[in-house]
Amino acid sequence: MAGITGKDAALTAYADALAAQAPKGRSLTQDALRRLFNNKAALLSIFVLTAIVLFAYIGPYLLPWAYDKIDWAGIRKPPDWAKGHYFGTDQNGRDMLARTLQGTQMSLLVAAVATGVSVVIGIIYGAIAGYFGGRIDAVMMRFVDIMYALPYILFVIILVVIFGRSPVLLFVGIGCLEWLTMARIVRGQTLSIKQREFIEAAKAGGARPFTIIFRHIVPNLTGPVVIYATLTIPEIIITESFLSYLGLGVQEPQTSLGTLISFGAPVAEALPWMLYTPAAILVTMLLCFSYLGDGLRDALDPKDR
Amino acid sequence: MFGYALRRVLTAIPIVLITITVCFFILRLAPGGPFDGERALPPDVMKNLRAHYNLDQPLLTQYLIYLGGVLRGDFGPSMVMEDFSVSRLISIGLPFTLMLGFSAFVVGTIGGMLAGAVAAVNQNKWPDYLLVAIVLVGIIIPNFLMANLVQLFFGVYLHWLPVGGYHPGSLIHLVLPIFILALPHGGRVARLVRGSMIEVLGTNYVRTARSKGLGTRLILARHALKPALLPVVSYLGPGLSYLLTGSLVVEQVFALPGIGKYFITAALNRDYGLVLGTTILYVFIILALNLIVDVLYAWLDPKVRYR
Amino acid sequence: MTDVLVVDDLDVTFALHDSEVKAVSDLDFSLAQGETLAVVGESGSGKSQAFLSIMGLLARNGKASGRAMMGDVNLIGLPPNELDRYRGKDIAMIFQDPMTSLNPTLKVKTQLAEVLVRHQGYDNEKANRAVVEMLERVGIPEPVKRANAYPHELSGGMRQRVMIAMALLCRPKILIADEPTTALDVTVQAQMLDLFKTLTHDFGTAMVLITHDLGVVAGIADRMMVMYGGRCVEKGPTDTLFYDPRHPYTLGLLHSTPHVAKRARRLDPIQGLPPSLEHLPRGCAFHPRCAFRFERCFEERPPLLPVEAVREKACWYQGELKYGEVA
Repeated sequence: MAGITGKDAALTAYADALAAQAPKGRSLTQDALRRLFNNKAALLSIFVLTAIVLFAYIGPYLLPWAYDKIDWAGIRKPPDWAKGHYFGTDQNGRDMLARTLQGTQMSLLVAAVATGVSVVIGIIYGAIAGYFGGRIDAVMMRFVDIMYALPYILFVIILVVIFGRSPVLLFVGIGCLEWLTMARIVRGQTLSIKQREFIEAAKAGGARPFTIIFRHIVPNLTGPVVIYATLTIPEIIITESFLSYLGLGVQEPQTSLGTLISFGAPVAEALPWMLYTPAAILVTMLLCFSYLGDGLRDALDPKDR
Repeated sequence: MFGYALRRVLTAIPIVLITITVCFFILRLAPGGPFDGERALPPDVMKNLRAHYNLDQPLLTQYLIYLGGVLRGDFGPSMVMEDFSVSRLISIGLPFTLMLGFSAFVVGTIGGMLAGAVAAVNQNKWPDYLLVAIVLVGIIIPNFLMANLVQLFFGVYLHWLPVGGYHPGSLIHLVLPIFILALPHGGRVARLVRGSMIEVLGTNYVRTARSKGLGTRLILARHALKPALLPVVSYLGPGLSYLLTGSLVVEQVFALPGIGKYFITAALNRDYGLVLGTTILYVFIILALNLIVDVLYAWLDPKVRYR
Repeated sequence: MTDVLVVDDLDVTFALHDSEVKAVSDLDFSLAQGETLAVVGESGSGKSQAFLSIMGLLARNGKASGRAMMGDVNLIGLPPNELDRYRGKDIAMIFQDPMTSLNPTLKVKTQLAEVLVRHQGYDNEKANRAVVEMLERVGIPEPVKRANAYPHELSGGMRQRVMIAMALLCRPKILIADEPTTALDVTVQAQMLDLFKTLTHDFGTAMVLITHDLGVVAGIADRMMVMYGGRCVEKGPTDTLFYDPRHPYTLGLLHSTPHVAKRARRLDPIQGLPPSLEHLPRGCAFHPRCAFRFERCFEERPPLLPVEAVREKACWYQGELKYGEVA
């Protein structure tokens, strides 16, 4: 199912490369880490992302205002350092910085949940298809192909209709739609790993298929999973903000970056801080994930081995 | 070639059927419904409503009734907007959405191809760097944010263009929506064309063409263009999905009368009839367009036809 | 016999991001009408780049200087649009890899006919007829059917025949064949060489055969030029070079080629690796691998000087070369 950021194209190329190449233990080795740290854009992205994550979770304890606390004396006010409204307040007198941090937390949380779900499903599905091969593989991958042809966002919105009132459940649902690319990568990887001697040895030793898959194949997937997650998290963040923006996502008084942007946009002429604060955080995160994803792909590229 | 197209059509039919079936049952089995308002309706009213929408029949019967309707082009009634059948709402919104999407598709694809080709020919010179920067901005910034930003700058601050709305024939209202839809699409196309053009210009067969003394223009037009377009064409399928997603946002932000708006409203109101109808329609459109893309691909790459 | 190509002082350099590499230095040679010149050397000896530069096909970062006179025209430094008047018409080239040298998205006849349309002003119909004729001539069975095929529907040998047909369509004065048989099966190689021999003879085309395989040279070339490290180290008639090599590198090549080295007791490859063009040794580029070297070879590069009436070599060692002495 084509997502909304076009990560599938990049990942499919990567998956093809993995399937074509004889694998050589493509885990996160010292070597790959060194290459990643030599990439200045990726390194800077890691720092910025770490800072945003830490600040999103620690910041609220350091601020004078909670995200849902109303300051009756400071409604619709621009940034005011003396009162502790560093990024201003909204129409209800709530502190924008606190709300942005809460929104960032929410965006990160749902992204982590959905990505986690999709990784698990993708690994299981792909490993089974790749390991058993033959007809099972053909049928399973044909199903993936069909799903790819369908527009992702429609099904997300149908999920909204079903799970509307529970954001976490909603993102478990989105995770259930997101796994297709992961399954392709894992299948390709499994196909090539299963040719290797240690799998033969394990089979000769009488290991059962699922033991082999989880003990020998899954641990070899670190690299692909890391890359996949780096590209999927921003996609979910966008999906979430998109849904929240349309009023289909996170509900008040909780908030997310998309919700904040959708509230900020109509009043941006009078209260610009309400739009630009969450927008800046969102764009910064997306940019960082994009550079980090590119950096990881280069660092773990099988071609360079 | 014709046989290939026919095979593709035949494989698309079960996908449409499966989609209709899956969506139908998911939506019918989902908890809650359009009549679960803030206040509970009196049981009699509820019963009549359910009878009116065939909701009291066994699920399978409902499904067959619905499927029969769809085959005749009847998507049933909207459950929230009374007096409107889903088909009627679609026939109002669809032409606009198609017009908007198609314009953006054409603008984005052609613009992206030109930009990508210019960048490839000027590899590592300033037009190339400029393009890479624009593409990055266009792809990274989510379309709903970008839509608000351009609305703010060109509509509110500069007063150059209307902030939203549309009445038939008013092209100026379409400038920003088309731009927002075309930007990320064009950006991805440009990125693909740039990459594949650079690759193709370095291939042995382009060298052969040069060794034949064909002249730059003929080499670009006959030898380089077709293979350089292959990755673009295979992107157009997913690209259509992105355009669809984009049109949901754009119709919302710029208050435009397309089916995207109905779809969102229907989802907000849990109007199953309308959600189902629009979903089926979208899937059908996407599959039909993907089919065209596949046939186009087969024309460009003769090897595909024999697979 | 008149010379169809006279190359004088040809240099080819490539700009890397912070340095320059000289792939070909001071190359001089001439090609007489109808003769076959073999250019021999290991990969990286500059043999392909020299001829790509004559065809104006160097990579973006490559630059050529010197003269390559075809009649009154200097092909080096000619702008591409003027070069296009001669490329494909008077001077044509065949490349090493027939698998990738034909455009996969165009029918065979399209790729051939366009040459005739461009250079001879034929209309499509006339061009297509000429194409089928030429395909038959290069030994392609069912030429009409093959003309309508796409390259991936043909075998490797068949594709190379198509390449030959393409190059010879305008009956060029000069044909440059860059390793034309390397990518093919051994059985097909021999057929291909026969084809070259017949066709160049029939058309009066002079051929440059670039190869690293002396076995290919033996039956077909009139003269031969041996290149090493971007320079010509020895040239002369093929027979004399085969039976009486004067440069240690030529000797080494002969003894590392199976069926040429029949008279040697054992097959003995040249020791060491070809030099990287970025770090050419001082003095004679071959000295690190040479068994006959002496002090002078380390310091001064030997110029290419006449040995007998028709031969030249670039080597300080003037004694007799005996194979046993090559380490």
